[in-house]
Order: sequence, then C-alpha cells, then structure tokens
Amino acid sequence: MSAERRIVFEDVSKFYGEVLGVNRVTLSLPPGITSLVGPNGSGKTTLMNLMTGLIRPTRGRLSVLGLASDDCVELGRRIGYCTQFDSFPRGVTGRSFVRGWLGLHGLRAEEADRLTAEALDRVGMTEAADRKVAAYSKGMRQRIRLALALSHRPEVLVLDEPLNGLDPMARAECLALFKGLAAEGLHVVISSHILHEVDRVSDHVVLLSHGYVVAEGQIHDVRTEVTDHPMQMLVRCNRPHVLAAGLFAADHVVEVRIHPDGKGLLVRTRDAAAFHRQLNRIVLETEIGLEAVSPADDDVGAVYQYLIGSDTEAV
Amino acid sequence: MSALGQAWAVARMELRRGVSWRSLWVLMMAFAPVVIIAAHAIGDHTHPLDDETLILNGIVQIYYVRCGIFFGCLGLFLRLVRGEVAERTLHYLFLAPLRREALLLGKFVAGVLTTVLVFGTGVTASVLLMYGHFGEGRTFLAHGPALAHLRLDLLVVLLACLGYGAVFLAFSLLFKNPAVPGVLLAFWEGVNGALPAWLKHLSVTFYLKPLFPVELPITGVWSLFTVVAEPTPVWLAVSGLIAFTCVVVALACRRMRRIEVSYSSD
Repeated sequence: MSAERRIVFEDVSKFYGEVLGVNRVTLSLPPGITSLVGPNGSGKTTLMNLMTGLIRPTRGRLSVLGLASDDCVELGRRIGYCTQFDSFPRGVTGRSFVRGWLGLHGLRAEEADRLTAEALDRVGMTEAADRKVAAYSKGMRQRIRLALALSHRPEVLVLDEPLNGLDPMARAECLALFKGLAAEGLHVVISSHILHEVDRVSDHVVLLSHGYVVAEGQIHDVRTEVTDHPMQMLVRCNRPHVLAAGLFAADHVVEVRIHPDGKGLLVRTRDAAAFHRQLNRIVLETEIGLEAVSPADDDVGAVYQYLIGSDTEAV
Repeated sequence: MSALGQAWAVARMELRRGVSWRSLWVLMMAFAPVVIIAAHAIGDHTHPLDDETLILNGIVQIYYVRCGIFFGCLGLFLRLVRGEVAERTLHYLFLAPLRREALLLGKFVAGVLTTVLVFGTGVTASVLLMYGHFGEGRTFLAHGPALAHLRLDLLVVLLACLGYGAVFLAFSLLFKNPAVPGVLLAFWEGVNGALPAWLKHLSVTFYLKPLFPVELPITGVWSLFTVVAEPTPVWLAVSGLIAFTCVVVALACRRMRRIEVSYSSD
C-alpha cells in the first residue's frame, strides 16, 4: 500500500528539552483501527501530537496520507483529533463550539450547520447541544470533543483516550462508531487503557514503553512472535481427560490443565501449528466431541504483559 | 480558502467571542474620561474655548495614548495567544485547516478592530461632549478645526492600536510572562524624548507625536510625553509606524510557525 494511504514514521524522535517523548520510531500504519497501548509516559500522546502536527519531530520524518507534518492546512482538513485536553473556550455551547470550529474551514453557513448537526447526532449529543459546555458531565464533554473531531469528515481520526469518562453503554456505542468508520476506509488511531475493549475492535496494535515501540502489527502476529511465553489455548470438549493424556505426549506441550468447569482444557504450547496438528490427530483417533478451540492469551493485555512485564491494570 | 480568507475567518470568530467585552476594565479605561468630561460639562459653566481645547488634547495625548490605549492593548493583545495557552484551547485553532500566519493575522485584526472601536468611540465621545455642551464649542465643532483635530486624533488612535498591538502580540509569543517586557516598554516609551536620536525611532511614541493636532504647553518632566523634539513629516510618521507594525507582525508570524502545543511547559 502506498504512503498516500498510510501514516508513516521514519526514525522519528521527539525530545522535550532533556526529556524523551519517543525515540527512533519507525511505523507504517494502514487504514483501519490502530491502537496505541502503553502506560502513562510511554509516548502515546506524543505520537498522536506528532501525527496531527501539534508538535514537530526533533529528528526523523513523518507523513500522514503522504502529507508532511508541517502542512497544517491539509492536515487540518484531513485529520480529526480528539485530544485529552478537557478544556473549551469560555461560554460556548456544544453546538456553537462545533459550529464555530467548522466556520474556520471555509464552509458555507448551511453546510457548516448541516455537518454540525450530523456530528452531534453521531455522538448522541443533539438534545444537549444547546446547553453550555461548562454544565456538561465529563462524558458529555468527551463526546462533544469527539463530535468536533468527526465534524469535518476527516480521513484520519486520532483519538486520545476516547473512552475516558464514558459509561459502558456510551463506550459500546463509540466502539461501534469507530468500527463503522474504519469499515468506511478511515484510519482510526486510538489510545486507551481499557485494553479488553480496544482489543475487540483493533486491526493493528502498537505497544509502547518508555518512548520506544516494543512491538507492532496485528495482535495475533505479535503474539506468535513472543516465543518466550508458550501460547495458551482453550479447548472445549466432552472428554478433556482423554485429550489431556494425548497432548502430554507431545514435546511442544508445556502444560495441560483441566478447566475448572470440567468441560475443557487449558493447554500451554511452544508451537501453535504443531498443537493444532496433534489435536486433529487425537480427535480423529479418539472421536472426542470438540466444541471450540481458541487462544486464551491472544489479546493486547496478555501480549503487553509478556513484552513489558507490567500489569495491564496499570496501563 | 485563501490565507486572507482564513485570517478573516479567525478575526470574525474572535470578534464573535467578544475579545473586548471579556475585559470590562478596557471599556472603563476608554470611557472614564467621557464620564469626567460629562460631569465637567454639567457642573462647570465657564467654558473658555482655548482651555477646553487644551484640556481635551491633554486627555487624548497623555491619558488615551500613554495610558488607556497602551494598557488596553497590553491587556487585549497579550491575551490573544497567551490566553489560549493559559486556557488550553490553542490546539483547537492549530487543528483547524489554517496557516499559522493567517491565524495570527486574524487575531491581530480582531484586536485592532476592537481597540480602535472602543478607544475611537471614547475619543469621539470626549470631543463631542467637550465642545458640544456650550455655544462657542458647537460653533468650533461645526465651523472650526475641531473635526479636523478629531480626524487626526482618530488616526493617532488607529496607529497607536496598530503599533502597540503588534508589539504586545509579539511579546506574547516570545515571553512566558509578557507583562514584564510590557512594563519595560512603558518605561521605554516614557523616556523616549530623552533618548539619542537613533533610538527614538525604535518606539511607537516617536511616530505618534508629530500627528497630534495641538502642542501642549507643558514643561518639565511631563514634556517628555508631549513635546516633539525632532519634528517628523506626517507622511513619514504614518508610513514609518505602518512599516514598524508590519515588521513586528511578520516577526510574530515567523515565531507562530514554530510554536508547538505543549501546555505543560507553559
């Protein structure tokens, strides 16, 4: 895929004086949902600020859809950024905030009004749009910032902790919205510490620690490359003891545990492909009733824990 | 949208936000003399025209230009960018599809329109009240040079707002606490009359003094504020101050291009 469709970092570093923001980052992000995962201070917001042109790299080059990061006019047109800064101009209502910002895009008044109404509707803020932002709850302020980021129909949507302050229902709605936007071909770059929710929607993850990219790619591929930690597989079947006995014979199997509910196995293996071959053989030989086979630690939280050694709750 | 279109969009947004109305004290500074002149008009019924003219020009030259416009511009123009940083809202403007220069120019235009409107109205009201409440004064307004003086006073207001506005806008981009250089500038402008000739050119006052329609008969230290030590032709004063404003705004634009949003360091 050409650089015109990607967000590309080439050996990018950013220092704030003596303090490291990110160091030697090389990434090429395709369309779809990309999650930036890392603890506070790992460089997630710095990467987002770099790709939106709010800050400039100290070293290296980056481009967004083929645009240089200092082309603020085109970037402003094609990127929507929902920042973490929970601040608004004084005295604005939700509607006037979004409408006033769209006024800077050179749109005709009717077009700006229409896009404002559309963005407010997308985030479920139509009813509260004419109230002062100062009277909004944290979740409403978050949603109005999201409406602003969406309002001009950007091709890249950058969202810094977009689920913060939202109730579970609103979070689910937002995730569905992000999935829908990604399905339309948008880049959606999300940072979030709610890993299990991000994990459900991400096509691509970038794991960060102390300003460095620790791993990136599709989460399954990243997990496969983490060879230090055997993969955990959950096997649902009707005769787990028989299956366990068959699996123990294989060299690649490190551990087999009967599931607490007695209806399956948790298997740790160093070679997922060999495990699947072995499993097929046993099933054919013993006629075990197999219900499901799925990776038990093939998610962002587990991968993050293996690579960085941090408890995901702290992320 | 062209760069000028972008600048105008920013200026309209700023004007809609109410750049000046946020700061009531600027209005009070602009209209305090109007209230005093109104009280004078009501209470004092002996109105020698020459005395009224001198008092009025003293108010314009010493109060409005040296105090009201100077500190009004300091308060308003310093806030245009620095206020956005303090309130953590600058990133919204940086994320809009605007050239940084257009953003700064738009804010500058909004600041100039606001200060010129506020102080221009204050000066006009002062002139009309000062002459309008007695017969000889009304004749001076209708048939004498009062309106020509008013036009020159308004030109001074416009140029002062341009010059001081540009300087304070640049200060807000260059210094974390621009109030300190603002106070130093007040001192610099105050002692301008005592400076060597080549240094006098580096001030707004130098270009404004030749435009005042009436020279005040003031001696001693106060004459620093009013006496034109080195007369300058009007065309040179006007074009010099406009050129000075353009240079300072261009430098501010250059600085604006390099600004990054990093509120924590501000």
